[in-house]
Amino acid sequence: MAEAVSVLLHAPRTRRLPNRRATLCAVIAAVVLLGSIVVVGQALAPAATQTDFAHKDIAPCLGHPFGTDQMGRDMLVRTIAGLSLSILVGLGAACASSVIALALGSAAALCGKRVDAAVLWLIDLMQGIPHIVLLVLISFALGKGFWGVSVGVALTHWPALTRVIRAEVLQCRTSGYVSVARSLGTSRARIALRHMLPAVLPQFIVGLILMFPHAILHEAAITFLGFGLSPEQPAIGIILSESMSYLSAGMWWLAVFPGLALIGVVMVFDVVGSGIRRLVDPNSSQE
Amino acid sequence: MGRFLAHVAIKFALLMLASSLVVFALVSASPIDPVSANVGQAALATMSVEQRAELSEYWGSDTPFWERYASWIGALAHGDMGMSLRFNAPVEQVIAQRALNSLALMSLAWVASGVLGFTLGVVAGAHRDSMIDRFTKAYCFVLAASPTFWVALLMLIVFSVVLGWFPVGFSAPIGKAASEVTFLDALHHLALPAITLSLVGVANVALHTREKTIDVMAQPFVRLARARGQSNARVIVRHGLRNLALPAITLQFTQIAEIFGGSVLVEQVFSYPGLGQAAVVAGIGGDAALLAGIALVSAALVFGGNLIANILYGVIDPRLREVHHG
Repeated sequence: MAEAVSVLLHAPRTRRLPNRRATLCAVIAAVVLLGSIVVVGQALAPAATQTDFAHKDIAPCLGHPFGTDQMGRDMLVRTIAGLSLSILVGLGAACASSVIALALGSAAALCGKRVDAAVLWLIDLMQGIPHIVLLVLISFALGKGFWGVSVGVALTHWPALTRVIRAEVLQCRTSGYVSVARSLGTSRARIALRHMLPAVLPQFIVGLILMFPHAILHEAAITFLGFGLSPEQPAIGIILSESMSYLSAGMWWLAVFPGLALIGVVMVFDVVGSGIRRLVDPNSSQE
Repeated sequence: MGRFLAHVAIKFALLMLASSLVVFALVSASPIDPVSANVGQAALATMSVEQRAELSEYWGSDTPFWERYASWIGALAHGDMGMSLRFNAPVEQVIAQRALNSLALMSLAWVASGVLGFTLGVVAGAHRDSMIDRFTKAYCFVLAASPTFWVALLMLIVFSVVLGWFPVGFSAPIGKAASEVTFLDALHHLALPAITLSLVGVANVALHTREKTIDVMAQPFVRLARARGQSNARVIVRHGLRNLALPAITLQFTQIAEIFGGSVLVEQVFSYPGLGQAAVVAGIGGDAALLAGIALVSAALVFGGNLIANILYGVIDPRLREVHHG
């Protein structure tokens, strides 16, 4: 037995399907999964707030796989509705943030040394105040609530992507094909559209998708602290912060399953992001 | 080296000034009116218009933004950060008291996560593609996807509620006078938050050190040492660590923002009375002065860490001592 285990553990790793099709399938499956979570969650939103005091505080069982809470709400339904809300807020905020990143990154690369230095300095400044503290400050400034979180997440997540886009545009600007196009008399708008955009777009999309997990986690964290979405919304952060009051009563399922589901969603987003990166980058597509 | 240090110090001062402006702007942009927030609805309704005007003059809610900022930053230079509404004490006092708890928590977690991450990284990198390497990678990957506060909740469930090894919260036993709280009590309450924060903080250092170790192990001098018959472990101790330690320490200094952000969440879960928890209380209770003060302290810690990291980069790589402009 022990020998069999040791053979198994020391066996060379079986190679994963080394082709683009497998990656593509994984990405599509992940996107479909996330899409159905959002759709089902939105459809379940009214059911998530339905109380049923005859069935409260039930530990996980077949009828209620995630158990029920102190008001008899089914935790599976609440979790899916919460995930859907978190994904939507995260998506919206990350998209807004990526627009900021695109604007600042291209400005830094194209508008001369002063603008470049200013943008880099701004990035340094943004990374100086811890994200969570900055999110609390922005939520405070906007009077908490939905807008507070969304704007907060949008305003704090652009620095990393800005750096990527700046580097990408800089490289493209000094490349041979752009200088040839320029000496052929191509207009600036056409260079931007025909040469720059295709070069930057893949990195931009990958960066945007890899921003989603961060946005979702930060939304959950700030909601958990009490600044984000309001208590009557079934957000994951709300579910987890409510669960704190019942932990010492031994109701572990209130915290464990919603958290695991959130980790699952974040990891699926990661699969999509790194899958697309592999697909658009010819050097690593066969890895 | 002198010019390099001066350059770094000026950058630090400018960033602090700018972040104080950002913090102040955000705090004063809040829709919460200082008069109604401090007086309470009932009292506000019974007050006459003159009284309200007098109060709003007293709290300076009509003063223009730049004047308020100038007086705030001026007082700050004298060590006066204003009054905290929630704690009814000067902000600098509240921060000093809380900072002791928080700094104990953060420095413990900072050192522990650094040592743990470094060890994991070196071992994983030296045994590439082994079980421990795969475990380290998987651990870091899962960790990057887990919300810190959820990990803290899990630790609380397992070790405090189910096993009962650690207290459920606070920094000292409930119902004990402050003078009777022993060092062991404090340590007992500090342990679980600190362990949580260290476990969450290892990912970056571990992955970075792993990459570096793989690089170092591919160097010719390592192959030579191996050919001379030195064992793998000895090669790492003699030739690996001196190449690996300083970059890891430097990286760890840039991780202070992460640790501080994590400590806000962990303190909230464990009801640990530190800076992070005070920031949350201040933010929810509309205590602008305290929130601004804590944000500034966190910025100073982070910029301080980056400053040390920059100096260390200069120590590691003399080329970076040349100040580049632009």
